[in-house]
Amino acid sequence: MDAIFLQILNGLDKGSAYALIALGLTLIFGTLGVVNFAHGALFMIGAFCAVTLQKLFGLSYQVIDETQTDFLGKPLKVDVPYLESWLGPEFSAALMDWSVPLAILFSIPIMVVVGFVMERGLIKHFYNRPHADQILVTFGLAIVLQEIVKYFYGANPIQTGAPEMFKGALDFGVLIGFEPNKVIYPVWRLVYFLFSAVVIGGVFAFLRFTTFGMVVRAGMADRETVGLLGINIDKRFTIMFGLAAAVTGMAGVMYTPILAPNYHMGMDFLVLSFVVVVVGGMGSLPGAVLAGFLLGILQSFASMNEVKAILPGIDQIVIYLVAIIILLTRPRGLMGKRGVMEE
Amino acid sequence: MILGLNRRDTRFLIIVILLTLFTPFLMQPFSEGSALAQFNGGYPDLMAKVAIFGIFAMGFNILFGLTGYLSFGHAAFLGVGSYSAVWMFKLLTLNVFPALIFAVIISGLFALIIGYISLQRSGIYFSILTLAMAEMSYRLAYSVLTPITNGETGLQIRATDPRIFDSATSSGSPNLFGLELSSSFKWEVLNHVFTFNVGFYFCAFVAIIMFYLTLRIFRSPFGLILRAVKSNQTRLNYTGHNTRPYTLAAFVISGLYAGLAGGLLALMDPLAGAERMVWTASGEVVIMTILGGAGTLLGPVLGAGAIKYLEIIFAKINENVLHGWFGFLPDGLEDFIVFILSRFTGEGWHLTLGLMFMGIIIFLPGGLVQGGQRIAAKFRRKAPNDDDDSEHHPKSTSHVAE
Repeated sequence: MDAIFLQILNGLDKGSAYALIALGLTLIFGTLGVVNFAHGALFMIGAFCAVTLQKLFGLSYQVIDETQTDFLGKPLKVDVPYLESWLGPEFSAALMDWSVPLAILFSIPIMVVVGFVMERGLIKHFYNRPHADQILVTFGLAIVLQEIVKYFYGANPIQTGAPEMFKGALDFGVLIGFEPNKVIYPVWRLVYFLFSAVVIGGVFAFLRFTTFGMVVRAGMADRETVGLLGINIDKRFTIMFGLAAAVTGMAGVMYTPILAPNYHMGMDFLVLSFVVVVVGGMGSLPGAVLAGFLLGILQSFASMNEVKAILPGIDQIVIYLVAIIILLTRPRGLMGKRGVMEE
Repeated sequence: MILGLNRRDTRFLIIVILLTLFTPFLMQPFSEGSALAQFNGGYPDLMAKVAIFGIFAMGFNILFGLTGYLSFGHAAFLGVGSYSAVWMFKLLTLNVFPALIFAVIISGLFALIIGYISLQRSGIYFSILTLAMAEMSYRLAYSVLTPITNGETGLQIRATDPRIFDSATSSGSPNLFGLELSSSFKWEVLNHVFTFNVGFYFCAFVAIIMFYLTLRIFRSPFGLILRAVKSNQTRLNYTGHNTRPYTLAAFVISGLYAGLAGGLLALMDPLAGAERMVWTASGEVVIMTILGGAGTLLGPVLGAGAIKYLEIIFAKINENVLHGWFGFLPDGLEDFIVFILSRFTGEGWHLTLGLMFMGIIIFLPGGLVQGGQRIAAKFRRKAPNDDDDSEHHPKSTSHVAE
């Protein structure tokens, strides 16, 4: 029982990442009808926002400290971060420690701007082109974005740690009545799950309870009629693209302590997120979230040693296998609507 | 009528054959030691790669260019072809024919299975299904199938292999009835060095045969049906055609081409690794086909050639070379230009590739072939609507059957 519970918990953090990326992808697809292969790149840019903020906090200048000497007997040069000289050692250390959560605030405006530029600058011109062209041009864009990031940050993964407070593991099982040391879970993954739950809830509430959200939902259902009613639906959809980019970017920021970001993480997550979207049903927001968590949990079950003993290699392919089975048996995915992306 | 082709196609085929046979001259236009010598592409390895990826892209074009089904998993067939060829080298003989035949058969069977499953759906679902299948093959090749694929190390020929048809004294590289593929003949004339390599000519010979087959497929009633699938599958269904067998046949044919290309890759370098199957490798053949011009005969080969050539040439252009070129400029300007250009060359080749690809999709959906036609039309000053040769003049129609 506790082993099963642990696997469910393990699946939740991966599932949260899948769900967040797939949510962004579905927002873009559902509103603009564009298949965005550069979405993984948005996730990567988000992750590199966290890296950038950490580097910015670490920017320093050298001062010569007369009291200490280096191994040659000369006065030692000490790097002093600008932050420390401005704000004092304690506060700057705290800022440095909390750089990943703070990067969320930093990333939101950046991601929204990136989203706007992408939509207005490129994707706008592809609304009336076939889906294959959209896939291909955004695939090209993804290559360009990842090469730019590679130029600035190099090819190696860059470690960015979680705040000290959330490091380490929590004996989660004790809280809900299991024996001690049976269900141990890293704290940051719990934070990631809670964070994604808040973001997903926020997006749904925004669409459900605000006038703006209502208009967007109406536009998703019938763009033309909403346009005829005198509402500038294009502008709202552009804003939704920015929102989707921000959601994906935040998912990337928060994922950095779990997986050190490198320039090709976007491509790695892209395939998975597309599989998630298709399993959930193209254009269905609840479907994307459900499929994200479902596939995350399935993947963690498949990586149990007991399962691998029966079906060797299943942990590598379970997601694709499930996707193929679902696509062949339920053509619209789990919660897909009739008439979306159908021939 | 020669070989079942009309006069214009025969002329076209002869031109292609001549171009292929004279590749060692055409890709070596600059004399040794001249400033432009680094643009020479006449290495056997590069020329053979152009021929091989040309075959791969031609096959992909039969599926994507004719039917409009966008597969993102074709590299899997290439990888399977490579593995099968290397296994034949290990088990039977280092002669190339058993290896190629086996590579084609196995990848064809593999394509039949994957195609049968994937073609249950169309549009983006088809793309995702092929992508998922290829990723599965790639991950399995890396993990549980290690006894067959030799995992990360890659499958290679060893001295201890049984090779039951070879005599014990045979050397360790693939051969064509005793003629080693890696052997080549160098001809130095007028300061030029031309290399004639057995492996390249073998690949080129296979490529010409495959080009002829592609030409026949394009001109056949079968090719016409495939084009009809692209323009309107629903209407085709209403006229009483069951399209599934045709699309499946196209899928398997393109899988056979990919397997053959994989086998040839294994001939040139008998080391097969799983990274040939990763999904971005599938993306590369998509890029080649589109860059050249999807749905055209020559486009995919041109695209494959352009990408493989530029890949090697761009990798050679480093900052020192650039400084050599722009040395005549004032220092500050020189440094600036070199700094900008070096972002796009050498290590930055993928950036250039991505930008080039985006540019083609945005401005020239018909690829290089369409670009060439536009330029030709400007010079001929003919009315644009009297081109009757629809195969060589692609219209930018939709790619996916929707």
